[in-house]
Amino acid sequence: MEIFKNMMYILMTSAIVENVVLAKFLGICPFLGVSKKLDSAAGMSGAVIFVMLMATAVTWPIYKFILLPNGLDYLQTIVFILVIAALVQLVEFILKKYMKSLYQALGVYLPLITTNCAVLGVTILNFDNNYGFGESLINALGTGLGFMVAMILFAGVRGRMESCDFPESFKGVPSTLIAASIVSMSFMGFADVANGMFM
Amino acid sequence: MGKEKISLSTLTNGIIKENPVLVLILGTCPTLAVTTLAVNGVGMGLAATFVLVCSNIVISLLKNVIPDKVRIPCYIVIIAGFVTILSSLMEAFLPSLYASLGLFLQLIVVNCIILGRAEMFASKHGVLASALDGIGMGLGFTLALLIMGSIREILGAGTWFGIPLTVNLFSPISIFILAPGGFLVYGMVIAAVNKLTKGKAIKKKDFGCEGCAGGCNGCSGCEKGENK
Repeated sequence: MEIFKNMMYILMTSAIVENVVLAKFLGICPFLGVSKKLDSAAGMSGAVIFVMLMATAVTWPIYKFILLPNGLDYLQTIVFILVIAALVQLVEFILKKYMKSLYQALGVYLPLITTNCAVLGVTILNFDNNYGFGESLINALGTGLGFMVAMILFAGVRGRMESCDFPESFKGVPSTLIAASIVSMSFMGFADVANGMFM
Repeated sequence: MGKEKISLSTLTNGIIKENPVLVLILGTCPTLAVTTLAVNGVGMGLAATFVLVCSNIVISLLKNVIPDKVRIPCYIVIIAGFVTILSSLMEAFLPSLYASLGLFLQLIVVNCIILGRAEMFASKHGVLASALDGIGMGLGFTLALLIMGSIREILGAGTWFGIPLTVNLFSPISIFILAPGGFLVYGMVIAAVNKLTKGKAIKKKDFGCEGCAGGCNGCSGCEKGENK
């Protein structure tokens, strides 16, 4: 029960309370870039969740069993980014070959993910927080879900913004950022929710 | 290549006209995350400048050696190497800055500015021009972070580089050093830049592929991903 509680706590915290995009500022580029339409927002987040889980599952054993025992932990950044880049290629390849429908849904977003700092961020944060393997996977899942929540919510907001008339200098980027600020403010209301639920 | 024109504009381009953060809208994550204090913004800016200049130099030296098809992984490895050097140095000599930049120091690897400049500039120009471009872009990044960090620190904490400024004027509005304030200040600063330049700077209509030109085109997903 204690373990389950801990897992739920990590999931809630990473998905909602400390939302990866709106509180931790990771993955802002895709958040602002691909959130114009609801279906592309959903596709991108699906691909992110998938790659985050895979990347965590691969990088955790590499770091714990290869890098740390040999005193190579300073190579963390290089190894992780290479693993993620290779993984993204591999996943794309496998999906293309064996899972056509999933590839059509996620395929176009996969190459973009290598440079998504949220993925690298999660794999590094797992070690900064001293998570075990299970906890790391839950954290990756929660972070991915948080990304999805933020993307889909914001896609809705931007859909509404299209018909708005902004002052000339606020058109485009600035108005989008200010909308993001308000969405982010609403997420601050979730602070302490996880503590109240599980502690 | 030898007779390439190297002018002052290579250096100044990045600072104002093509400011990576305020005009090209690149490297948004560190811009929002570390600018809670002005000193963090400057530290992050200089760290990224170091990596940018070094990787630009190395990439422009190696541009004829690196095969075209695997150039992006090569660039990433070069950049990651410099980031590792930088984070080890900073951990040893500037431990407090290292602690406050935290994760975002390692995330310089995936900063679109650096990969973008590698792809768009260093892979096509000579060593000196690439170094100048790196310095210019890096200073532009630092300047933008300094502006953001100053606004957020003064309004949100009432200090500037740790010096109390607004003690008797108003009580700090702490939302500015929290997440929403980051988005808000960034939006306002870009709007101000738009107003001041009145389209003289390169107009970026929106985010997306155009916005992260090199970074995204670099990973070649953009044309496919965004053109629908």
